[in-house]
Amino acid sequence: MDSVPLLSVRGVCKRFPGVLALQDVSLDLPAGQVHALVGENGAGKSTLIKVLTGVHRADEGEIAYDGRPVDFHQPKQAQQAGISTIYQEVNLIPLMSVARNLFLGREPRRFGLIDLPRMNREASETLARYGVHVDVRKPLRSLGLGAQQMVALARAVAIDAKLLIMDEPTSSLEPREVETLFGVVRELSQRHISILYVSHRLDELYRLCDEVTVLRDGRVVHTGPLAAIDKLTLISKMLGRDLGGDGVTKFTHDRRAALPGPPQLRAEGMDKRNLLHDISFEVRRGEVVGLGGLLGSGRSETAKAIVGALPVDRGSVWVGGRRLARLSTAAAIKAGMAMLPEDRKAEGIIADLSVRENIVLAAMPSLHRAGLVSRRRQDQIVDVFMKRLRIKASSPQQRVGELSGGNQQKVLLARWLCLNPRVLLLDEPTRGIDVGAKAEVQALIDELARAGLAVVLISSDLEELVEGADRVVLLKAGAVVGELAGDQVDEHAVMGMLAHG
Amino acid sequence: MAEKLQRYGVYAAVAALLLFNAIFTDNFLQVANLRTQLVQMAPVVLVALGMALVIGTEGIDLSVGSVMALAAAVVPLYLGFGVWPAVAMALAAGATIGLVNGSMVALVGLQPIVATLALLVAGRGIALVVADGRLKQIKNQELLALGQPAVVIATAAVIAVVVAVMLHRTTYGRQLVAVGGNRAAANLAGLPVRRILIVTYVSCGLLAALAGVLATARLTASDPSSIGTLMELSAITAVVVGGTPLTGGQVRVLGTVAGALLMQLLRATLIKHNLPDSTAQMVQAAIILVAVYIARGRTR
Repeated sequence: MDSVPLLSVRGVCKRFPGVLALQDVSLDLPAGQVHALVGENGAGKSTLIKVLTGVHRADEGEIAYDGRPVDFHQPKQAQQAGISTIYQEVNLIPLMSVARNLFLGREPRRFGLIDLPRMNREASETLARYGVHVDVRKPLRSLGLGAQQMVALARAVAIDAKLLIMDEPTSSLEPREVETLFGVVRELSQRHISILYVSHRLDELYRLCDEVTVLRDGRVVHTGPLAAIDKLTLISKMLGRDLGGDGVTKFTHDRRAALPGPPQLRAEGMDKRNLLHDISFEVRRGEVVGLGGLLGSGRSETAKAIVGALPVDRGSVWVGGRRLARLSTAAAIKAGMAMLPEDRKAEGIIADLSVRENIVLAAMPSLHRAGLVSRRRQDQIVDVFMKRLRIKASSPQQRVGELSGGNQQKVLLARWLCLNPRVLLLDEPTRGIDVGAKAEVQALIDELARAGLAVVLISSDLEELVEGADRVVLLKAGAVVGELAGDQVDEHAVMGMLAHG
Repeated sequence: MAEKLQRYGVYAAVAALLLFNAIFTDNFLQVANLRTQLVQMAPVVLVALGMALVIGTEGIDLSVGSVMALAAAVVPLYLGFGVWPAVAMALAAGATIGLVNGSMVALVGLQPIVATLALLVAGRGIALVVADGRLKQIKNQELLALGQPAVVIATAAVIAVVVAVMLHRTTYGRQLVAVGGNRAAANLAGLPVRRILIVTYVSCGLLAALAGVLATARLTASDPSSIGTLMELSAITAVVVGGTPLTGGQVRVLGTVAGALLMQLLRATLIKHNLPDSTAQMVQAAIILVAVYIARGRTR
């Protein structure tokens, strides 16, 4: 059966105005293979996926699918041929019920009407197989992101897919859900469904995938069995430069010593019904404190509560030894706190505005003369931070929505750093950004802590958490269950505490 | 392509209409006619500018026509104190309605379309109560002077420039666009979101009231039962045709002015060629559909 691959891509090129997004890309995917597709953002992964799914058409080259040459003009044609895609952001309808999302377009019917009882029953059964036990009549948006992803997967599989393209499917899943997902992927592979698996999480690839194709600048730079290439080599192929050193993150390995003096940030007794229970911790100057925990443990909520973006029932926050009179985003910023939100698109960037305006957004009130915006002073700041963070944009006037994820994240960091904050809360600062930008962001966090900032780091990437943080505060179900400091901080200790704490 | 069309299409359409009229319509390019066109569109421009700001925050204000009526009803009550106190009271009435709108949207969290629909209905009711339901002739010469073509046109032009400067050069203006572009992000960035929203609805109310005063002066009568009817639709049309997306986050001031001009020229053209008003309405509808279609094509 391996003689004729399910999918065969030969010499595909795709041009966009000014960019050659794909250049002579070839790829073979036999039935039942789990094939990893990796590369930095902008390497052409998304473009390739879009060509395969009929969103874009290749300018040159041939695609053979199921033994026949194909040329999809529309996503619908690719779907009908059995190519399903699960995107990074869940592509379902938030306000419709879970069951309706699952059966959208192929609802079971009875007398010409949708057979609701049957649909709901079947939806419950299907989802239970994916480890999701929910009331399927509730709107999809009431589910956590992980459960939504499972619904998307169940839907994709249910429509008789032969080729499943998964774009960062685990980026919003808890470890337990990741295991379920892997189980499902392996089962699909045994049923001869091919999977093209895109992820930045290399550990996952090694556990799951048979072959790997590395894209860089629109070209295939490596393709072959995953077992034959080690992690460091793989990364160096993606980045196109040789990496030295032992770790994969860019944090320095000697622990920073927290500076003496009172804690720069102190949160005490933060309480919010059903979400947070009496959370207290402190961060000193020059210290990176990690907030660890599984999805839904209250990490993001804690950060939001501290900066006043989530109203709390009780609790107080001290910055630099002074208690904030009231918790609001404006008061938090005034006190010198800055928070990078988890959901970059929904809560961070303003896609239609320019890079410049996104950077100066929070600093704007201090950058005016007689009420008029001072373009000159803005330009100075924007220039400094675009250089310092190496933001890749065609100009400060470019729309932020057009930048890659990594550059968007840098724009957000610039937005906060230009306020000269004393306390920085970073919620998943490297999620969904390419390896290069990730390393740069990590190095920046390190640098900022050394410069005396108090940093709170939230990350579901365990490696990033233990290598980046001097101290880790572990949360479970909205409460602090333990703390690790110094040499205690390692992946095993964190997992042990989360399992037993 | 669609973006360019959304952005500049309105200017091309205006140019095309002007060219058409210059060739096929007698006496079109005479100063008197052009002045008439500008005077007729001035109130729409004023209201549409306020509307554009509100739409920029991802909102909408349906109460503008009723605000015009309220302003028209209030003016004669205070003319005894002189023209400026009367105008000030009319503007204050508009600002008050805007404050109520803004508070319902920003503080109570009502959807803009619902909140301002309430004031669309209530506003004209209040206006009729204030005016005792009657049309009043205006004899105050100073107020009538405000209705002169030159004054009306100049006011609209000055206000357009003021709004443009406010939008592009002031902190408030840039924050307004940010709030419309991504409310959650603006909130996390510490922007005074509620205040920005309220100020925007108040501005819109003020501009609508100003339009009501000028229209009253030009009409030489205060007629709260008919003044400003369907103005909300004309204003929204001008804004949308001018290339401002209804999804917020962008405001095109010059485009809005051009949008109002386009609709005005269109009606004038059809009337001059003896086509009935119903035809004019259908052509307007077609243009709105085209504008919305182009905007839709751009929202990936």
